[in-house]
Amino acid sequence: MNPVSSVSSQWYMLTVIGNDQPGIVARLTAALFQAGVNLGETSMIRLGGNFTIMMMVQSNNGMDKLQSAIADTAESLSLRVHIDPIEAHLHSHLMPDVEITVYGADRAGIVAEVTGALFDAGLNILDLNSDVAGTEAKPVYIMIIEGHATRGMEPLEQALSKLKNRGIEVTFTPIDTLMG
Amino acid sequence: MSVLEVLTYPDVRLKKRSEEVSQFDDDLRQFVADLQETMDGGPPSVGIAAPQVNRFQRIVIVDVSGMLAQAKQRKRRIKSSNNGRLCLVNPKITRAEGQVSGREGCLSVPDYTGNVLRASRITLFAQNTEGEAREYECSGFEARAVQHELDHLDGLLFLDRLVSSNELFRRQVYKLT
Repeated sequence: MNPVSSVSSQWYMLTVIGNDQPGIVARLTAALFQAGVNLGETSMIRLGGNFTIMMMVQSNNGMDKLQSAIADTAESLSLRVHIDPIEAHLHSHLMPDVEITVYGADRAGIVAEVTGALFDAGLNILDLNSDVAGTEAKPVYIMIIEGHATRGMEPLEQALSKLKNRGIEVTFTPIDTLMG
Repeated sequence: MSVLEVLTYPDVRLKKRSEEVSQFDDDLRQFVADLQETMDGGPPSVGIAAPQVNRFQRIVIVDVSGMLAQAKQRKRRIKSSNNGRLCLVNPKITRAEGQVSGREGCLSVPDYTGNVLRASRITLFAQNTEGEAREYECSGFEARAVQHELDHLDGLLFLDRLVSSNELFRRQVYKLT
């Protein structure tokens, strides 16, 4: 990373998707580095055979230059790119105070049902990732959520115990962060 | 007494191994008082290790009683032993069992927390500031705090032991079946 200090530097959210293949991250970040672009927080994950990237990038050369800096790399790897200017800051993490893991036989509506109940109980989701495991005949949905309980743990526990009665396995773990 | 400066990563001194204490004198006791004052004067924490304040000797302070009391006020129960304030000189873990995941942060690693696996019960040998031998049994949160602080004495940060939430979930499900 090379800190960009110019007052005109702007953060962008760079979204990249494409068929998964070795070298996407290395080649894309090399192109950004060579163009003097600074990287911030990122999330990169393979979803259903696609490689997906959400990346905070900081540049003082404008959106067009950012686009052209990675155009060749994107074309040669058949990646689709989307860029949004964003208001963003580093070092402004909200620390999660609860982790919820959910799994059950996959069926329509499971995410809406769980997250709806959690929202009503005051959960602010900070990180959610989910996967479909099992087999095609018997898919299993797995979801891991980290969040901040804005109204405390009790309403969340109540909401989750109702879900347990509907065939969804839920593990609720308060996060007591050790500061040492 | 004085509040000492806390080193923060990427300061490479945090990766140094600390030496055994051999002199149990007034200088040691003065340092421990300063270390305590530094811990009390900083952000709320359950422990501090000498190398975090640029002294590379095997000395740590652990005290989970404040955190446990706070949790109790919020009607939260944290699994933990409570030996009160522990000043540990030349500490060694002589027995460790169980493995449990938990979230850790560090005064020396601002603005980041992560999941770390630690032994759930430990037996601990240490000396006090007079050089007298002591043995402690710690479990849960207190055991985690001791292991976190002892790691500093070997130049290890919790960043060296991070595990992902996904990995923890796989272990959890595996254990259930």
